[in-house]
Amino acid sequence: MNRFMLFFHKTGSPPWFYGFAGKLIPWLWAGFIILTAIGLYMGLVLAPPDYQQGESVRIMYVHVPAAWMSMMIYAMMAVMGFIALVWRIRIMEVMMISSAPIGAAFTVIALVSGSMWGRPTWGTYWVWDARMTSELVLLFLYIGVIALYNAYDEPRKAAKAASLMAIVGAVNLPIIHFSVLWWNTLHQGSSFSADGSSIHASMLWPLLLMAFAFKFYYGANLLSRARLRLLKQDHRKRWAQEVIAEGLLAGGAK
Amino acid sequence: MLSVSNLSFERYFERVFEPVSFELGAGSLLLVTGANGCGKTTLLRVLAGLLEHSEGEINCDSRPLYAGHNPAIKDDLSVEENIRFLMNFMGQRDDSGGSDSNSGLCQNVIEIIGLAPVAQQEGRTLSAGQRKRCSLSRLLFCDEALWLLDEPYSNLDHEGIVMLDDILKDHLKGGGSCVMTTHGSLRPEGFELQECFMTSGRYSSEWQAA
Amino acid sequence: MSRPALSTAFMALLRRDFLLAYRRRAELLQPLVFLLVVVTLFPLGVGPSPQLLANIAPGVIWIAALLASVLSLDSLFRSDYEDGTLEQMVLSGQPLALIALARIVAHWLVAGLPIVILSPVLALWMNLPEEGVPVLLKSLVIGTPVLSLIGAIGAALTVSLKRGGQLLSLLVFPLYVPLLILATSAVSSAVAGLPYNGQLGLILAGLIGALTLAPFATATALKLSLS
Repeated sequence: MNRFMLFFHKTGSPPWFYGFAGKLIPWLWAGFIILTAIGLYMGLVLAPPDYQQGESVRIMYVHVPAAWMSMMIYAMMAVMGFIALVWRIRIMEVMMISSAPIGAAFTVIALVSGSMWGRPTWGTYWVWDARMTSELVLLFLYIGVIALYNAYDEPRKAAKAASLMAIVGAVNLPIIHFSVLWWNTLHQGSSFSADGSSIHASMLWPLLLMAFAFKFYYGANLLSRARLRLLKQDHRKRWAQEVIAEGLLAGGAK
Repeated sequence: MLSVSNLSFERYFERVFEPVSFELGAGSLLLVTGANGCGKTTLLRVLAGLLEHSEGEINCDSRPLYAGHNPAIKDDLSVEENIRFLMNFMGQRDDSGGSDSNSGLCQNVIEIIGLAPVAQQEGRTLSAGQRKRCSLSRLLFCDEALWLLDEPYSNLDHEGIVMLDDILKDHLKGGGSCVMTTHGSLRPEGFELQECFMTSGRYSSEWQAA
Repeated sequence: MSRPALSTAFMALLRRDFLLAYRRRAELLQPLVFLLVVVTLFPLGVGPSPQLLANIAPGVIWIAALLASVLSLDSLFRSDYEDGTLEQMVLSGQPLALIALARIVAHWLVAGLPIVILSPVLALWMNLPEEGVPVLLKSLVIGTPVLSLIGAIGAALTVSLKRGGQLLSLLVFPLYVPLLILATSAVSSAVAGLPYNGQLGLILAGLIGALTLAPFATATALKLSLS
């Protein structure tokens, strides 16, 4: 029991996290690159074009995983925020707020790629269909959390406020999603559904691979941002000054 | 009544004051002195529970009464309406006569703090000293045993200071205790007290028992 | 140490809030005038064609109600925060969630209810057919409290910020989307002779959910803002 508590306590310590994350990051980047390469090859080259949409359907291999990530990251933000708020664990605060811009970026990618997909499919760059509208509202939720965090001066207070906002948003997210879905059926009928009703295996595999690839990207990017934030927050403490000194000595290679 | 060990509070990941330890028993007064900006108000707010301490322990067996810089006076309400609201909201429980006995108590309180002449005036017309007296009124109608007073003598005139000293003496005699901050010039006279100094170091304050 | 019974404290707070609202009654009119002005802008902006206005009436009226509500929310906790009353409330030992609820109730009575009362005028201006007006009123009566409850969380989170008002709108508008969709659909359905009780039922469910959860989130946010 004691050893477990010691380990748990250690993971909460910034210098330990900094070192451990540093070792993990290269592996995560490697995973991202490999999976993306395979996934894109399968999706852009091997997979067949769609019966109706032709080659333009290939955007879906970026659009759909990006949309999945945008929602998964928001859920993770809410969970990390909850842990940070209840148990006041600083690493969770740092990871939560470092996730926000990554999630927002995926939301933007989903919106832009969806818009690009829309042009050949629907004839216009934007249509208020259920999924795109939902993504847009999600983007505003992300911006709200980030803006709230930046509005506060003191970092720990800012993180707590952002955590509460993320949790409130996460609780509302399913409600928003379903209400938008319902709103769409009211006003447009379902003539604009963006991907097919059933997915063939040759299309499913690249999709799943890209989804995993994006998860690796999220991990690598998140840990990098979290390390940087910890360093900035603790810049007066000894462990951070040692790390910075080492970095300067090595010619700023990291 | 209040026992504190290695208490500290962080802001921007740095300690606002170095760890603090003391014991406060019933009937005691602890005076915390220090220059402006050394963390006295922060310490008091941590003791009150408004701020979450980052290190150490607080053991307090009752809820404290906190009187800080903000007087909690609504500009649009008269002195009497302000006091009556606070009495009904957080004053000592009065199940006996209902709202009638409360109004009697309210009049009493206004007399004691010396604001009877301005009882019907709106909060925004009060001078700084009058606002201070009004904010100290809660010492009279709340029955918390531990008082946390942040620079309570500031802005008070001579009679005000005497009034506060009297209220404080009664409280301590009745078994209550008090932690009070002051930045030096105004201090309670004729009291037996523990005194501690907080001085600003480069980044944090240090605690020395007198 | 003893403190007054919860009901005494709750009533004292409500009484104080009404007294304060009465003393500052001119300020209460501002969001309502805003409501009227915003609705007036629509015919001016899109043309006075009766059919067009009738088509967009439910949405326009509800969006105007949303905007007016957010305008009045900023001051929900600000005054108490600035003069130190809020800290005393937090330290008083009274359950903070219920204090927050009392504040929200008082706020709705002086800021939300007038929107409901003004809505027939708005319906007239936007040429909303008669069949829609009762449902509009119902949707506003159960919907504006939801606006106040959810908005209170945002107000509590931004009360200690210097220009919290702008941020408040950004925070709460995405959360208002489901309510907007359901309420406007209810009114449009009523006008078209279609059933609308499902939508109203869902709004009511939302109100109950907000009543149980929002005060706690608001209380947490208030304690956070004071720290």
